[in-house]
Amino acid sequence: MNMMTPNETGFADLLKNGQTLKQFRDGIIERTQKTGHYNGLEKLELRDADPIGYEKLFSKLRGGLVHARETAKKIAASPIVEQEGELCFTLYNAVGDCVLTSTGIIIHVGTMGAAIKYMIENNWEANPGINPGDMFTNNDCSIGNVHPCDIATIVPIFWEDRLIGWVGGVTHVIDTGAVTPGSMSTGQTQRFGDGYMITCRKTGVNDTPLRDWLHESQRSVRTPKYWILDEKTRIAGCHMIRELVEEVIRADGIEAYEKFAYEVIEEGRRGLQSRIKAMTLPGKYRKVSFVDVPYKHEDVQVSNAFAKLDSIMHSPCEMTIKGDGKWRLDFEGASRWGWHTFNAHQVAFTSGIWVMMCQTLVPTQRINDGAYFATEFRLPKGTWCNPDDRRTGHAYAWHFLVSGWAALWRGLSQAYFSRGYLEEVNAGNANTSNWLQGGGINQDGEIHAVNSFEASSCGTGACAVKDGLNHAAAIWNPEGDMGDIEIWEMAEPLLYMGRNVKANSGGYGKYRGGCGFETLRMVWNAQDWTMFFMGNGFMNSDWGLMGGYPSATGYRFEAHKTGLERRIANGESLPLGGDIDPSAPTYEHNIDATAQVKRDKQCMTTEDCYANHDLYLNYLRGGPGFGDPIDREPAAIEKDLNERFLLPEYAGKVYGAVFSQDAKGTYTVDAAKTRARRAEMRKERLARAVPVREWMKEERERILNKHASTAVQHMFATSFALSEKFTKQFKDFWNLPADWMVSEDELGVPSYGSKHRMDLSLMPDVTTVVQVEE
Amino acid sequence: MSTYTNEQVAHLVEGTLDWETTFRMLSMPKDNSRFKQYVEALQKKVSFKDRIVLPLGPHLYIVQTDRKQWVTKCDCGHEFCDYRENWKMHAHIYVRDTEEAMTEVYPKLMAPDTQWQVYREYYCPSCGALHDVEAPTPWYPVIHDFEPDIEAFYKEWVNLPVPERAA
Repeated sequence: MNMMTPNETGFADLLKNGQTLKQFRDGIIERTQKTGHYNGLEKLELRDADPIGYEKLFSKLRGGLVHARETAKKIAASPIVEQEGELCFTLYNAVGDCVLTSTGIIIHVGTMGAAIKYMIENNWEANPGINPGDMFTNNDCSIGNVHPCDIATIVPIFWEDRLIGWVGGVTHVIDTGAVTPGSMSTGQTQRFGDGYMITCRKTGVNDTPLRDWLHESQRSVRTPKYWILDEKTRIAGCHMIRELVEEVIRADGIEAYEKFAYEVIEEGRRGLQSRIKAMTLPGKYRKVSFVDVPYKHEDVQVSNAFAKLDSIMHSPCEMTIKGDGKWRLDFEGASRWGWHTFNAHQVAFTSGIWVMMCQTLVPTQRINDGAYFATEFRLPKGTWCNPDDRRTGHAYAWHFLVSGWAALWRGLSQAYFSRGYLEEVNAGNANTSNWLQGGGINQDGEIHAVNSFEASSCGTGACAVKDGLNHAAAIWNPEGDMGDIEIWEMAEPLLYMGRNVKANSGGYGKYRGGCGFETLRMVWNAQDWTMFFMGNGFMNSDWGLMGGYPSATGYRFEAHKTGLERRIANGESLPLGGDIDPSAPTYEHNIDATAQVKRDKQCMTTEDCYANHDLYLNYLRGGPGFGDPIDREPAAIEKDLNERFLLPEYAGKVYGAVFSQDAKGTYTVDAAKTRARRAEMRKERLARAVPVREWMKEERERILNKHASTAVQHMFATSFALSEKFTKQFKDFWNLPADWMVSEDELGVPSYGSKHRMDLSLMPDVTTVVQVEE
Repeated sequence: MSTYTNEQVAHLVEGTLDWETTFRMLSMPKDNSRFKQYVEALQKKVSFKDRIVLPLGPHLYIVQTDRKQWVTKCDCGHEFCDYRENWKMHAHIYVRDTEEAMTEVYPKLMAPDTQWQVYREYYCPSCGALHDVEAPTPWYPVIHDFEPDIEAFYKEWVNLPVPERAA
């Protein structure tokens, strides 16, 4: 007889207080909204009564989180985790609000919390049940994950049979079994091609992964070896932290621990508010950024005709800093999501922002959900940062997120500059690309996928007192590291033919953006190998600041049928080092004249075949500049010339430098002649410029005549369709007739999805968690 | 909280502050007196007599004129407009909207395609200083970047008397 177990349904009383997790969470939300203090905590009793004990608790837990991360990452074999540190561990209270986090990709402060909240709101405690020793796995982008390759293991923490919290660990895996390899691939246009998707699934009991999960998950991806070691990394870290919490409770008592787990969030909320007041300036800041999505090109091969169009991501941001130190980030006017893999869930935005803020506004260890509670987010539903359709793809949400945040750098930096904290000014971040990805049979004869994390070391933006850092960092991981060549050559069947600082890649300015770098890779000892490009090319997402120029855009170089096998055997010349000046390229002179070369601005492609000895240029972008370039010190220009960070032609054209070169090739800038030349440049500027209102008359005519590329018109059409306010502001500014409008229908490009959409919340038995104003 | 001398703040403004002090400024809690010292350092640099109310950029300020009006002003002395307006609307502009104009300042392939994005350079009509470079799509409205709440800032954030402003 098939007897049903009573364990699967009913009220679990996990908190031993007669409340469900949802009821308990609702109470916290209500008290927070009513008082403006997290959980109604107008007083921090534990901290005020025993400040030293409170700090000791903080240090023990924070230290343990960092220790667990550093230890657990050694288990991983993937260079993404082990070399680049793409992992993080976070401790939550019972309702999934973040208490503390480790170092690393702290974007996941909120993403794993969103998964816990999803389990709470959808009554996971009744089914499938939440018990000591359970493990849950999540990478679902429609409930808050950034992109599917961030796999989270979530473990509940019990004390004397009572749920007191959760610990989550996340790693960025090397492949997710998407339509194309590489974990952040471009070949798919929807969730259904984004790879293996797991929704808060119970994947372990009694601290042991379930066998069906192990079998299914490993064969669902291309790189099972890396996958399983990543999972062991996450589990080990989570269990270390669970033990740490037990130790802390044994030492300090459950009452103190639980008080801490809520007070520290209120403290974080207050901390952000006081930091805003200490560093910025009240007012309204308006900034905007864009990303090109050039999918019409023949080298973007997707399965849907409706995805074949050129479009632009539009991310306008109005940042309001209020007199009391609270702030509001409003993205009214943003463009619609699209049929590509760059869409972002609202939590990816609201949580991810802290990975950026900890590098500027809140550079402390005290990152938790308090910062979220001190911020008002407005992400209109239907935009790229809050999609209203459950089909959207998210494999490289970062592409849009990083660019959207570029606007925030500039807003905050305006505040720092005006207040005199010049040392904090940062013109922005690099567009962290190119992403070299691909797969096939590697040098060990195994099915393999690659995702080069050299992008962890792009140039940083210029400061108001110094240049940006060269090839140093990526906004999404505060621990920038380009990785060792030797490690990448073990992980990828791609030999290095060069690794150089990329000249002119940093935005020009009084202080220039940090330069990016470029690596030339030759396919070696692979079979059936593929690669593709992913980055910006037609547009720049990172503007300069206060007269500084944006950083350079990307471009692609690839070469096939190069003849390099023969040239190496014969000792003939080879393409080595950097693509120093793409206006006068030299690689082509060192491969066969009959080679097939692609050298253009199409930096978004899908999987294409590469034979051994084919070439691929991985160009990592620079950061934007600060201040008028003709204010740059001649000595700094001279240094850039001599270090080959700046091509001589542009030292003259952009910086007004007058210089000479001696027989040894050393450049010297003549300061007096440069001063005189700059005076002439000012006159030349004014000679070619017109008053803004004069230029506006011409631009208005172009708008009235709808004279702009289809991609530009499409961007405005999707923003207009979502926002009456943005439409009105646009039309008012240009003084357009009331009947003027651009709609998708009139553009002659696919408009699939423009009218008919279905949100995840409309699915039966699903409660979505909304954490922003929509 | 760290404090810094007027000389150190003046060096910061000039970009000549030693790294040790700059690093201390980055890593230590912020000094609330900085704004006052900063404005004093800038006031010594500019050639005009108007009082600086708020610095906006390396050559751009909101100042109080002798008529007690607050206006946006270039350090060459050129007055753009009332501080509440967008100064860019009163600037001169050069738009890089062709490949030729872009390749004048970037190597081939390293600048945007002007069908997608243009660079708008905003100059002071008097001295030709480059105050801002916008990088929007064609058609994009001129952006009013910053509307500071100066009164709240002076009164409630840095505890300084608000400079007088004519109605």
